[in-house]
This record gives sequence, structure tokens and C-alpha cells, in this order.
Amino acid sequence: MQLELREIKILDVRFGESTKVQDNILYVAQDEIRDLLLGDERISNVQVDLARPGESVRIIPVKDVVEPRAKLEGGEAFPGMDGKICDAGEGVTVRLAGAAVVTTGPIVGFQEGIIDMSGPLAQYTPFAHLNNVVLSIEKTDGTSPHEHEEALRIGGIKAAHFIAKKALECAPDDVVFYNWESIWKKALMYPDLPKVAYVYQCMSQGLLHDTYFYGKDSKKMLPTLVSPLSVFDGAIVSGNCVSAGSKTTTYHHQNNAVIKELFKRDGKELNFIGAVASPLMTTLADKYRNTALTARLVEMLGADGAVQSQEGFGNPTADLMMICSALEKKGIRTVLISNEDAGVDGKSEPLPDTSESADAMVSTGNSNATIELPPMDKVIGDLESLERLTGGCAGCIHEDGSLTIEIHGILGSHNLQGTSKLQAVTV
Amino acid sequence: MKKAVFYTNQFFGQIGGEEHAGVPPFVKEGCIGPANLFNETLEGEIAATIVCGDNYYAENMDEVREFICGEVEKLKPDLFIAGPAFNAGRFGVACGDICAAVEERFAIPAVTGMNEENPGKDMYKAKTCIVEVGRSAAGMKKAAAAMTRVANKLLRGEALGLPSEDGYFPRGIRVNIFSEKTGAERAVDMLLAKLGGMPYQTEIPLPEYQPVTPAPGVIDLKSAKVALLTSGGIVPAGNPDRLPAATAKFYKMYSIKDLDSLKSGDFTSVHAGYDPVYVNEDPNRLAPLDLLRNLEKAGEIGELYEYLTTTTGNSTSVADATRMGREIAKSLKESGISAAILTSS
Repeated sequence: MQLELREIKILDVRFGESTKVQDNILYVAQDEIRDLLLGDERISNVQVDLARPGESVRIIPVKDVVEPRAKLEGGEAFPGMDGKICDAGEGVTVRLAGAAVVTTGPIVGFQEGIIDMSGPLAQYTPFAHLNNVVLSIEKTDGTSPHEHEEALRIGGIKAAHFIAKKALECAPDDVVFYNWESIWKKALMYPDLPKVAYVYQCMSQGLLHDTYFYGKDSKKMLPTLVSPLSVFDGAIVSGNCVSAGSKTTTYHHQNNAVIKELFKRDGKELNFIGAVASPLMTTLADKYRNTALTARLVEMLGADGAVQSQEGFGNPTADLMMICSALEKKGIRTVLISNEDAGVDGKSEPLPDTSESADAMVSTGNSNATIELPPMDKVIGDLESLERLTGGCAGCIHEDGSLTIEIHGILGSHNLQGTSKLQAVTV
Repeated sequence: MKKAVFYTNQFFGQIGGEEHAGVPPFVKEGCIGPANLFNETLEGEIAATIVCGDNYYAENMDEVREFICGEVEKLKPDLFIAGPAFNAGRFGVACGDICAAVEERFAIPAVTGMNEENPGKDMYKAKTCIVEVGRSAAGMKKAAAAMTRVANKLLRGEALGLPSEDGYFPRGIRVNIFSEKTGAERAVDMLLAKLGGMPYQTEIPLPEYQPVTPAPGVIDLKSAKVALLTSGGIVPAGNPDRLPAATAKFYKMYSIKDLDSLKSGDFTSVHAGYDPVYVNEDPNRLAPLDLLRNLEKAGEIGELYEYLTTTTGNSTSVADATRMGREIAKSLKESGISAAILTSS
């Protein structure tokens, strides 16, 4: 199995008569994007804005961020979500690095986040550093919240897919080849290196907390082996409204930081032996079942160690701890990645669950820490909604447009796949 | 010029040894003993030195604390320095106690120095800045240098670096920093160390929870006064008290006295951790007032408490949750409640 990932660097985004990429500049035709999305009868209006790094622009409330990707030949970049359902993770994929489609608008729940393109917030989110095509999507009257979520989810992916398809002929700035082998062959390739598996926990709690695997709702699946290459091809897509700081957006899945890191060290320091996608679910029975099956799959891969990533916080911390205990019990050394809710003053116990086995944890930051944000010249979306989002509260928007929020409201601020550099330490 | 006040004991205060440990506190303008050493490199001036015998402090803590705070009130320093206490237990406790009190009361920084094994360290490290120093006065020069370095930062109004960088004992406060590596890189580094039998340091210390002993079961429900509680964020329409969508730091009690059920439209959920669609369709799905009212009418429960207690249990810190739990339990007990049903979301 080989995936050739062709990277086209996007240095700027502008409006144009037709959507295309020329000289590393993404041109977006508003009408084309609007027409594409208005094909969904659940969508009544789409406004297209552009937001570039360094601009005084605030986007809120953001539901999802998607990196434009498309297949050069064969297959689909988002199998099961846009286009046909087929195998992913082989052939040639084109990605527009440095660009993204951002979906916003009057949103389903109060579970979306904020992005500032400049100022102190920019350091907390990868999306401040991208050339963003921002879609403010309004629903048709009578569209139910769950239909609304689906329309936005698919709308963002369709737009990203459409944009990338317009760039298939561009000469890539970089080409990366990712190879994957059968387990037995992989095991023999680097017999002296420790075999490391990735436990890829995905939010699957229902009630708008769902991830989609090949277009299928992940709460309807059992833990399963997943080709890391297919993740780069949009096999896993965000459909959830988890609080912004700990939300794994589609962009995070497409650029999964743990998978990329394991590939980087594969054959040098470790032998990347496989990835197990494991749904994070609400009932105790499901937690027991998924723990048993996930740990068994990792054991069957012959892994010596595992990195575990998570999504959300609170309830999913139980899954994180249960799987960690099960792996360690089997002698599989485990490191897990988690954010913390240590309180605004940083003095609280940081996690709602624990396990003696969890002796190697990576912190992605205290989500309760507050940040002061200056006003921005332009707001895309609805600033008032901040008061009802995680991280916001009554009175968090000041008269001059400046904000005081907990960093939990910032999209991707403490991503639990370890994408960011944020970390909490004890002082 | 910035001003500091210095505290020390009878020994370093040049009164004498153990036989003088009962000396009551007194204040003297300028420097006494080790204060001179600090004054050399301090970016400010030690305006006064306060001396107290170790036994006197230990036996009259409230009185000595008030005396020193009274002097601080008059002198209005920018910084308070105490010790270093090295491994001396009584002296360590005195230094920790007075630094914590001055910090809290006057909102000025304080710094002291103790050895790792000083019992005062664990008692006061959360409440003041304790610089790590050697075991005995032989290390005075080194200790003074380390403490002055920290003191100067505090005088300049600079934030201290990490405990490992600035040499103080962690106060137990989690703060955010930006690491040089991403979380994923650090995770793989940590795993390789763990697999290779090399030392590694977890970034999140294992939480230590205070165990909660469950209350004994309710013996007779038919005579019980039952309260209904939820952490699912149910509020009256319009959210009059502006309960937040997450990290709530308060709870509310709303009257349900004349209600047989929570009607859709009259009550709504503000919780941002789950999809509220089904709860908003029928709030009784989250807080089953309708069922409890039926049980009350049928005589299955004695009486339903007239208030619904509600908060948003979403990204709430363990500390906030513990505090709210205590307050709610106290309030319910005072109202004669013998049983409670708490629904989550």
C-alpha cells in the first residue's frame, strides 16, 4: 500500500471569477461555492468570506475546519462523505497545505468555537495560520438540529473537496510517500525496534457527538484496525459539536499528529505496527466492550507500546483510563494524551478520572485558564453566541468588543491528538 | 527605591541560641544578620528586620502574626522576605506562616527559603514562594543568592519561571506554557523512554481524590423528603441567572412547588456538553419531575422538595464540583431532606 501525498502550498487566498490555484494563490469563486452548497435543500443561504493569517478577523462560532484534498486518480478523498464509498489510502492525493474551509453560521448547539486570525489567540490555534475560506451557512426553516448538523458537515467537506479538485493539475511543491505493509511483513522489517501501536479514540457519544468512519457513524462500530494512510484520505471525519478546545476537527483527523509523528520515527526509533480506531461511547457496557476489544487488537498487533489519543473531556476520560489500564495489564507500555480541567486558578485536581497505570501522560493544557482578547476589526458569524459556548459565559464580551474567555472556547486550543504545543505545568 | 521587610529568628537575629527561643517579636530599622547579605544584591532596600524566637512564634502564632502584620501595615513594603529556615522545623513553620499571611493580607509577594525536608515546606508551599536551600546555615551564601534572585524578579513584577528554572518548590498551580515540541512528539518521546527503560516524567501527576463515603440507603421512602437535582443545565426559559454552558461555578435552586412536570418551553438546557434537543422537547427526560410527582401522589415517597437544584456539569473542575457538592448537601440537610436524586447528562 502506498499513498503519494502531493502538497501544494497555498500562500494567499483571493476571490476570483473561477475557483483555481495559480502561483500558490487560491482563487475562490463565491458563486461556485454557493451554488454547490445550495444544492442541499436544507441550506437556505451561504456567505463566503476569506480570512488570512495576520488579519484583524474573528470567526465565531466555528463548527468544523477541513483541509482541501482530492484524489488525482481513482478513489475519493472523503469516502462515504462526498462521492462514492470506496477504499482509501492508496494512489495519489493532492492537498492544499496552508488552506482550509471553515464552517460557521447560526449553529446547532452551543458547542462551537472561536478563531482570531491575529492577536494573542493566534498562538492557541493552528487555524489562525491558514488561508481560510469561511462559509457562513444558514439552514432552511424547519430543518431539524440533526439535519442541520449533517448539512453543515457535508457542506464543508463538499466545498473543500471541490476546491482541491480544481488544483489537481498544479505542480506540487512537495511530495511525500507513505507506505504501509501487512502486519507480518511490517513486524519483520525492523525486528530490533520496539513495535508501537496507535490507539485512535474517536468521539462517538451520539447526541451530536459523532465521528464518521467511511461515512458511517462511529458509534455504530466496534473498535477496528485502520490503515493510517486512509486517515490522510479523509476516512475519518468530524461530525461533532464537542466543546471547541477539545474538538478534533476534520482538519485534525486529516493531519493526525500522532500518526505523522509515528511515521517520522518509523524504521528509525520504532516500528509503527498499526492503528486501532476506538469509539468513545457513553454507556458503561460499551466502555467495557470497547476497552476489551481495543486492548485485544493492540495485543494481536504484537505491540510493545501504544500511544493513546482522545477527544472531548470528562466522560471520555473514563475510556482513556480504562483502555490504558487494560493495555498496561497486558504488558503493553502506554502513553496517553489529555487536556486538563484544573480550574481557573489551576489549583484543582486536573482530571475527572484516574488509573494507577496512567503513569505517563502528556498534557495539552489546562482548558479552564482564561485569556484576554482584544477586539477585532471584523467579525464573521455571531459574536453574541460566545456567551453560550463552552469557554464563554455571561459578561465575557466587553463593550469595546474585547473578550475574557477560558481557552476551552478556542478551536483546537488543547487538541487531544497532541497537535498543539500547549502544555500545563505545575508551578 | 523598592522596600522590603525581613523576618528572621533569635539565632540569625543575633540574640542567641535555643535558650533565647522564647523571645517575643520586635522590629528594628535596617538590617540584622543575614539581612545584610540580602541587602547587597537586592534591587531594593531592606527597611526593617523583624526578629522573633522560634518557640515564641510556635506557641503564640496568632499573636505574632498580628504583630508582624501590624508592622507591615505601617512600613508598606513591596516585598517580604523570611528566613532562610534551612532544615529548622519551627523556624520553617514560622517563615511559611508569616509569608503566607503577608501575601494574603497585603497582596505583596513574599519569599522564604527551606530545605526539601523542612516540615514547613509541605505545609506552606501552596501558599507562598519557598526557594529550595541547603540543610544548614553553612549554605547561607548560596541560599541568599538563590532567594535574592527570585526576590528581584518579584520586585520587578516579573512572573517567575518554572520551579526547576527559578529553584522554588511548586505551589501546585497548573499553568499553561508553550512547549518546544507538540504533544504528539512528546508522547512518542515519552513512550520510547518508557519502552527503553529510561527515566521519564509524566506531565500530569496522578490525581488524588478524596474518597466519598456513600450515605447509607434510605430506610423508609414513604416518609422521606426527596430532592431532585441535575447537573444537566436545566434552567427556566430565558436563563434568568445566566448559568454558563460549561465550567459553571455556581448552582441554582428553582421552585417547582406548584408544578407537576417541567414543561417544554418553560424549561430549557444550557449545557454545552451534549445535544439538548431531546431534553428541550421534554425536560422531564433529564429531571423527572413528572414521575416523582406521581410517586408523591401515590404515597411512594413522603414529599418532594419544593426546589430543583441545577448546575452545568461540563468541564467543571474537581475543586469547583467538590465545593458545590458540599454547599448543596449542607443546604439540603438543613432543609430536612433525607434522599436526593441527582441526574447527569
